[in-house]
Amino acid sequence: MSLTLAEVEHIAALARLELTPEEKERFRAQLSAILDYADRLQAVETSDIPPTSSVLPPHSALRPDEPRPGLSLGEALTNAPLTEDDQFRVPPVLE
Amino acid sequence: MTKYEAVIGLETHIQLNTTSKIFCVCKADSWNDPPNTNICPVCTGLPGVLPVLNQRVVEKALLLAVAMHAEIQPESYFDRKNYFYPDLPKGYQITQYDRPIALGGWLDVPVPASPAGGAYIRRVGIAKLHMEEDAGKTRNAGHLRQIDFNRCGVPLIEMVTNPDLRTAAEAAQYLTRLRQLLRWIGVSEADMEKGHLRCDANVSIRPAGSQVLNPKTEIKNVNAIDAVREAIEKEFERQVREVEAGHRIEAWTLDWDEEAQVLRKMRSKETEADYRYFREPDLLPVCLTQAQIDAAAQEMPERPLDRRARFMETYQLPEYDAEILTAERQLSDFFEAAATAYGDEPKKVSNWMMNEVLRMLNEQGLTAGELRLQPAHLAEIIQLVDDGAVNAATGKALLAKVQQSGRSPAQVVADEGLARVSDDSAIRAVVEAVLSESPKEVESYRAGKVTLIGWFVGQVMRRMGGKADPALARSILEELLR
Repeated sequence: MSLTLAEVEHIAALARLELTPEEKERFRAQLSAILDYADRLQAVETSDIPPTSSVLPPHSALRPDEPRPGLSLGEALTNAPLTEDDQFRVPPVLE
Repeated sequence: MTKYEAVIGLETHIQLNTTSKIFCVCKADSWNDPPNTNICPVCTGLPGVLPVLNQRVVEKALLLAVAMHAEIQPESYFDRKNYFYPDLPKGYQITQYDRPIALGGWLDVPVPASPAGGAYIRRVGIAKLHMEEDAGKTRNAGHLRQIDFNRCGVPLIEMVTNPDLRTAAEAAQYLTRLRQLLRWIGVSEADMEKGHLRCDANVSIRPAGSQVLNPKTEIKNVNAIDAVREAIEKEFERQVREVEAGHRIEAWTLDWDEEAQVLRKMRSKETEADYRYFREPDLLPVCLTQAQIDAAAQEMPERPLDRRARFMETYQLPEYDAEILTAERQLSDFFEAAATAYGDEPKKVSNWMMNEVLRMLNEQGLTAGELRLQPAHLAEIIQLVDDGAVNAATGKALLAKVQQSGRSPAQVVADEGLARVSDDSAIRAVVEAVLSESPKEVESYRAGKVTLIGWFVGQVMRRMGGKADPALARSILEELLR
């Protein structure tokens, strides 16, 4: 299975990644190889097996609805490259 | 000219009123809290954290599913919806996709009579109901954006209707009834201004009576019921103009600009496949036992419209009264308890509720459940007036005094000596005093200005602190003025 260049560009756009022409070609080959590898699973007969979401027996894991304090404002913002008015500051994405 | 009808489906997002968020222990409600103060490593998507589902979210989703007559799924799953946006720090939203907690269901929406026709009931089918987390908030600040993560992880129910609505007015009624129901069963505050109830509307048109579904547009960002009605109306008219001009309707996403009252075209929507949904590997399925489902059905109170119908039937109330008294659950409970305590003439209890009790609630900004005045107190006050122990004006004043003091009406009457004076001689003495002090008014009255009788009665009542029987005072006045 070989990805087209357009498919690589679409995947990159969804991830908001800007790739050079060399990178596009390199990732096209790498992603295709990964998909080929995963494709080997298609050989397994699964028509009688329901999709497995978890290997654990199905049961709910729930917690009580009780709040506790989380991060302080300082901790929350500490890794942000840019902040303003106690908020994260980012460039516009959709314009 | 072709007559067109609108085909409308609504997608609502309902903020549940839990104490903590859906997958972490942060406080859920951040209204009035400063930005980025109710966040933790889980809801801000820091590496190495695991979500844990809030039990109350499941319980509230279950209760809403019961209220909507939906089919509850014994096993449901969470999925990741992947997209990049600054207010979504994980890069994906945890939601339910192909295996939601409930499928199907309906809400019956009474549509009042209008110039277009008589009243009718529109049954609005529900396609699905699922749990998910909210994203953060983006604020425009110059050419950059500010991000507040407080809302990340706030629990939401997304509920999607079938394309069953036919007019903007029906869509508005659906939202009104949904809001009433959400408050009634206590799963959401459903305050649209605070974003507890958000709505996107899918709108298409077709020749009236046709069964086809044409390409639709999606209206986003409408946060008031009137705005939903207005925006759908405008979009319906636009589509009719386009089709009449021979143009095709394109599947646009439209943004409602509340201030300008216009719809603007938004970015073309990302297709479903682009979200690359897959099962959330960090969460187990939601497994519901029959016992849990039965318990939710047990917990389900009588629905507002069922109660409205019962009030009209059992208490012989006019629809108008029944509608107002069932607007809110505690109010309807209050009425029913007072009517039961009073015994007969429920319409009289209804009148006291609609005039006096509702005014008190509005003036004091309270709900019926917060009143110190109890239903039995109201019944007792009406009885005191019936028995002639106090006059009607005193009865109304009593309501306020009971509410203020928490004492029983009989106690207030005894403590403050409010019992009505129906003793002829006591009133007669006051009437004589008033007449002797008001020679000018007496002269005018006798000269034919009989409307002054109301002024005289008022004088007598004032001197007696409102305790006189006004009918008796009036007849004594008329006798002595003759």
